[in-house]
Amino acid sequence: MNSVLRTVMQRLGLGLLTLLAVSVIIFSTLEFLPGGYAENILGQGATKENVANFNKELGLDRPATVRYVEWITGVVQGDFGNSYSGLNGKIKRSVSSVIAPRFYNTFFLAAMTAIVAVPIALALGLLAALYRNSWFDRTVNALTLTTIASPEFFVAYLLMYFFAIKNRWFYSLSTVDVNTPFWEHVSRGLLPALTLTLVIIAHMMRMTRASIISLLSSPYIEMARLKGLTPSQVILKHALPNAWAPIATVIAFNLAYLVVGVVVVEVVFVYPGIGQLMVDSVSTRDMPVVQACALIFAATYILLNLLADIVAIITNPRLLHPK
Amino acid sequence: MTTEPQDIRSIRTRRSFIDNARRLLKTAPISAWFGMVIIAFYLFIAVFAPLLAPYSESAAIGKAYEQPSLAHWFGTDQIGRDVLSRVMYGARNTIGIALLTVMISFTIGGVLGVYAAVTRGWLDQILSRLVDILMSIPVLIFSLMLLAMFGKELYNLILILAVLDSTRVYRLARNTALSVAVQDFVEAARLRGEKLPWIVLREIVPNILPPLIAEFGLRFCFVFLTISALSFLGVGIQPPTADWGSMVAESKTLITYGRIQPLIPAASIALLTVAVNFVVDWFLQKTSGLRDEK
Repeated sequence: MNSVLRTVMQRLGLGLLTLLAVSVIIFSTLEFLPGGYAENILGQGATKENVANFNKELGLDRPATVRYVEWITGVVQGDFGNSYSGLNGKIKRSVSSVIAPRFYNTFFLAAMTAIVAVPIALALGLLAALYRNSWFDRTVNALTLTTIASPEFFVAYLLMYFFAIKNRWFYSLSTVDVNTPFWEHVSRGLLPALTLTLVIIAHMMRMTRASIISLLSSPYIEMARLKGLTPSQVILKHALPNAWAPIATVIAFNLAYLVVGVVVVEVVFVYPGIGQLMVDSVSTRDMPVVQACALIFAATYILLNLLADIVAIITNPRLLHPK
Repeated sequence: MTTEPQDIRSIRTRRSFIDNARRLLKTAPISAWFGMVIIAFYLFIAVFAPLLAPYSESAAIGKAYEQPSLAHWFGTDQIGRDVLSRVMYGARNTIGIALLTVMISFTIGGVLGVYAAVTRGWLDQILSRLVDILMSIPVLIFSLMLLAMFGKELYNLILILAVLDSTRVYRLARNTALSVAVQDFVEAARLRGEKLPWIVLREIVPNILPPLIAEFGLRFCFVFLTISALSFLGVGIQPPTADWGSMVAESKTLITYGRIQPLIPAASIALLTVAVNFVVDWFLQKTSGLRDEK
């Protein structure tokens, strides 16, 4: 057990280090801009005083290291600083207050997708692996390859066209707000969730299939078969303990993939999530919000991959019996 | 006059490149053929777009949002430009930009990757750690942030995506080159005194080429889809350049009136990436046998 703990701690440390490095990169993009942020926003005609005032108001006149430490200590406590939007007006909004409701919505959508997609994808992948090279396997293979290769917005608009416009089964736009009741939120989120489900199932199913196939072709499974165990015994007693790690990796990897897919799908269905917030802030160049969104996305991505690695380490039977 | 029997020693033991290509194509499955035909068709359209397109890329020649008719097969867009012509020019712009990006990405990633694998010094260590960190940020998110920062100019888009994508190329090139570089024939070349360029170009590169070619197809799909997604989100290729991603975004409201116009450029993207994937899938099975091994 000791060696397992040590490996987990090592991996955890590495993950946190990566997270720190990523936060530095995200923060420092603002510094790399030739000519500085203020000149870029205010344009060519800005005088020296204008630029200085702008920098002073945003606190950009202080050294980058000081600002980074301030920023990152704030972020750890859930404070991302102030948004640049409405800067000239009196309203100064904190980034956290802008992000919080959006974050809930995106989490809601991702959870809906995961609940549906994970069991279906695992079952399909397992079936395709067990009945390899059958017509079922070939059909599913061609279908998933097509889904993976298509852009998300194509799948999204196709579904919208057939299921919300031609047949009015679903809401075509997923506008929700804080006061939307739970079940209406669910029904308005159905179409974006369905789009994400299709995309993610394709990835997850192919990865599950590949890992199960490589597992079933290993010598110890053949040994179990040869000594006369029933197929169910082979699967449950011999294959499954080793299958947890790849399955966990597949799930976590694809939930991480969801992080990217959610951006386009939210824009298509006008769903007020964090992805759409990021796209809006990109076009208004509201950098604190963009950086906060990027950090949240990247952190989710890194933490999910970290989780997959740790599950893989813990469930690895070989590590439980150190030499 | 009878033909002389051929001298037994003059039998050619090597097939020419064309023979090999013909033999390979004969065994190609239907999906790969489908993919190759589609890709050839797209390239044809892309190259000859100015000759084939009925109207120009940017001229408004009708009313806004006309229904499809004989004059305008796919209808017109929001300011009355012919959608069919724009789809054709779109092939040229979007494929061209994606190809250029992937080429830059392969130049950066491939050269650095092979160099790191051969020298294995501090450069390898630094680059590999940097690549680990860069790869832990999703490309779409990272490029959105960088485009917000540096502005939406085309060269920014190409450079940002090329650099971000080169991390994947670097990793593949480095790992495959590393596994080749430790083999005996490389050691033999080194011992008989060959210089580094010879070892890299004659011993290592030919052996890592097949996986890199397959990767080129996959990276093209990825970059193509990312550019389309960014254009769709309004930060990629900017108007008035005809581009499939932004064409979907421009006409997206039409779908709520039951018109399929936004689906046309979207389907054009999907068809091309599916075709490339089919070909790559076959190529991978052919060259490596790694996929689906028994």
